[in-house]
Amino acid sequence: MSFINYSAREINCKIVYYGPGLCGKTTNLKFIYNKTRPESRGKMVSLATETERTLFFDFLPLALGEIKGFRTRFHLYTVPGQIFYDASRKLILKGVDGIVFVADSQVERMDANIESFENMKENLEEHGYSLEKIPYVIQYNKRDIPDCVPVEEMRRILNVDSVPDFEAVATKGIGVFDTLKAVVKLVLVELKKSS
Amino acid sequence: MVQSSLVMYEDEFREIEEIISRLVMEANAKSVYLVDKDGQLIASSGETHGIDSTSLASLTAGNIAATGGLAKLIGEKEFSILFHEGEKDNIHISLVGQRVILVVIFDDRSSLGLVRLRVRKASEKLNDCIQRILKRMEKGTVKENLFEEITDEDIDNLFGQ
Repeated sequence: MSFINYSAREINCKIVYYGPGLCGKTTNLKFIYNKTRPESRGKMVSLATETERTLFFDFLPLALGEIKGFRTRFHLYTVPGQIFYDASRKLILKGVDGIVFVADSQVERMDANIESFENMKENLEEHGYSLEKIPYVIQYNKRDIPDCVPVEEMRRILNVDSVPDFEAVATKGIGVFDTLKAVVKLVLVELKKSS
Repeated sequence: MVQSSLVMYEDEFREIEEIISRLVMEANAKSVYLVDKDGQLIASSGETHGIDSTSLASLTAGNIAATGGLAKLIGEKEFSILFHEGEKDNIHISLVGQRVILVVIFDDRSSLGLVRLRVRKASEKLNDCIQRILKRMEKGTVKENLFEEITDEDIDNLFGQ
């Protein structure tokens, strides 16, 4: 849930990167961290296993500039993608203002994409939210992999609400900032609409 | 709308800052932080330099969320107080009114007993203040509305560069 502080003149929002295991959620955050000026970012916190799999969450605070004299701060979180971390995944969604669903473009991960998308809907519902009411975008990651699933096919299966979607190669940074900008914009427009 | 934003005006913020500043003194604490359950830092007081307060806020909220999950597993509603003891510094974390988290960092100049006592007193005042804010938000009383003035162009301009 966003926090608007008139005294500190700040708008704070929470964005969650969701998706199946190894789809590139943490890679998105790492790229954003590496390409953001140090004064605009905070420390990136990763609660990961020894093999760098996300255990609880990654966290990256970003400052994006001012709107009407208010600093905008976005807290980016990733969830652990592996199926058996569902309890922790659910916790991260609490208070979410916007979601990036990162899908893996490999043919053999399509089932995992669908499962994760359904899991996201269920977990949102358990918090009393519904996907239709939450600003979200979809990123088709790993587009550089040979024989990946065509975008039209992924769109047909995953992008049922026709939300903004982006092709990406997160390891090279392709599409990473386009995705972030789109979700940030949706979140701010939603805040304006609901105020 | 999924849920309403937490909107805090200057006078409310000042009241909260006053309560936690007093808590720093009365509990002989090093620093005190007030954090939203979703991980946003609301206010802080005391020796806060050298501590990454944004990370502290998100990790505290994660901690409370994980402990809450554990509580439910064993049939408890939640654990409202967490205490972490370090070699020099200790952290006392408590839930206030189911909505915000009060974090007190203290060393051997204070004691767990004193911190618990002062936290209890401060929590009542903070809860009172938070409830008033929530009620004001429920009623829809708006003193100033930032978003009324924001145009789509302003949002686009954020990414202008």
